[in-house]
Amino acid sequence: MATITTEEVKHVAALARLEFNEEDIQQFAHQLARIIDYIGKLNELDTADVPPTSHVLPIRNIVKADAAKPTNRRDDFLEGAPSAQEGYFEVPKVIE
Amino acid sequence: MGNRYESVIGLEIHAELSTKSKLFCDCEVMFGTAPNAQTCPICLGMPGVLPVLNERAISFAIRAALAMNCEIATFSKFDRKNYFYPDLPKGYQISQKHYPLAKNGYVDFEFSGTIHRVHIHQIHLEEEAAKLVHADVTGNPSQSYVDFNRAGVPLLEIVSEPDLNSPEEAVAYWRSVKEILEYIDVSDCNMEEGNFRCDANLSLRMVDSEELGTRTELKNKNSFQHVMTALKFEQKRQAMILDEGGQVEQNTILFDLNTGKTSPMRSKEEAHDYRYFPEPDLVPFEANVEEIEQIKSLLPEAPFDRRKRFVKDYGISASDAIILTETRYMADLFDETTRLCGDPKASSNWIIGDLTGLLNSEGIEIQDSRITPVQLSKLIMLINDKTISGKIAKQVIADVFKTGKSPEEIVKQKGLSQITDESEIDAIVNQVVEAHSGPVQDYRNGTKKALGFLVGQVMKATKGKANPQLVNQLLTRKLDG
Repeated sequence: MATITTEEVKHVAALARLEFNEEDIQQFAHQLARIIDYIGKLNELDTADVPPTSHVLPIRNIVKADAAKPTNRRDDFLEGAPSAQEGYFEVPKVIE
Repeated sequence: MGNRYESVIGLEIHAELSTKSKLFCDCEVMFGTAPNAQTCPICLGMPGVLPVLNERAISFAIRAALAMNCEIATFSKFDRKNYFYPDLPKGYQISQKHYPLAKNGYVDFEFSGTIHRVHIHQIHLEEEAAKLVHADVTGNPSQSYVDFNRAGVPLLEIVSEPDLNSPEEAVAYWRSVKEILEYIDVSDCNMEEGNFRCDANLSLRMVDSEELGTRTELKNKNSFQHVMTALKFEQKRQAMILDEGGQVEQNTILFDLNTGKTSPMRSKEEAHDYRYFPEPDLVPFEANVEEIEQIKSLLPEAPFDRRKRFVKDYGISASDAIILTETRYMADLFDETTRLCGDPKASSNWIIGDLTGLLNSEGIEIQDSRITPVQLSKLIMLINDKTISGKIAKQVIADVFKTGKSPEEIVKQKGLSQITDESEIDAIVNQVVEAHSGPVQDYRNGTKKALGFLVGQVMKATKGKANPQLVNQLLTRKLDG
């Protein structure tokens, strides 16, 4: 049986910007371990001669021509934002 | 920094490609328009949209990779690089991690008199992030503002091997990559507009040691001076840590341009865990061998090779060759002018001298001037066949520059042809000798430099059109005779 520590759950949660209480974290650690076990079944297959799958569709090279088409819908886009000013999307201050 | 350590530097150079539209949508790529005017549901990261790869971005990237001697991958694909930042609308950046478009290249460049080679680890395509405005847009300093016009612009990332050993060498390499990208017309490399930048990583190792030290990364440098100063400070900082027996921590280093100091970012803030996985919305790309060959055959001669050829075939000095190849337009002008007039030395002198002077005084770029190779070569031929003097030619080139007329036309219209008729010049020599008895006497008494004054008078009387050698000859004969 795989083990997922509560530390690992907290790390993944932090990367996804999610917050959980201790009880949830315990539960997720247990559930994630079971999921990994389940997926782990795939490791039982011998894939030595199977090329890696990078995409499920058997197609390649879908491209578009390099031509610009304006949408002229900025106001619609900004309307969907929680906050906008002077044509900009407004967000809580970030400093690098 | 003492001589105990040697710097080991690698650069990740980012260049926005000058396509018309963005990498995965049809929004226009253009700098300086109203905020968020060039956006659509795709580059804003709305749910349910489907990116489609821009074919010109791919061919530009292949062109750049070939110009840097890379192998083009016959199979490449895109991955999602996951992190949260307000400049990233989807919460991930579409980039290439495991199957980049190109690898194993190199760039040759001159640095402190010798030829250096930097190996290219890989070149890949990714989407540019949005622009964050921290300055106060509306009077609310506690907010930041996002302009997504830049989001999704095709960005080329050129990752070098850590082959560089000093900040100066790193800058020389960065400059030569800029020159290559400009030469092949795939990027404007405009540093003020922020579309050409680099991340630098640096570690120190003991001189004569093969063992690499721990490296730190300096992010988002957008000027040569900035990266130079930051690398120099980081060299010192690491040397001090090592001198005191400490250990350099692998970190991203913040560089404060105002104080000129570097300081490590706390590793907690960094949390570089990008959880790359294949981008399911884009299918893989397989480069077609014939297309690669075609792009290769259309590549212009690299600036580095061109400089070598100018020195070797045309006998141009190395320093002049550097000036002549600064831009592709100037190098093309020189090449073509030389081919037409057969006089490389004169072509070089006129381009570097008078033409550059005229460009500077008008404040325009060579590609925007009216001077063509045909005109410039004609001008040189007019001097070489003695139709006009070098001095008159300076007037003529200024006129060509201003009016776009041909040199012959200007010479004809203004009557600037050199006077080579002996009797005509002789008559003027006689007048000058009569009018200036003082200097004539001085000359005859042995003050030979008085001749210069008299030659000058003849030139003045002919408005510079007399052939100077002939004037000299006729005056000397008259005075000595």
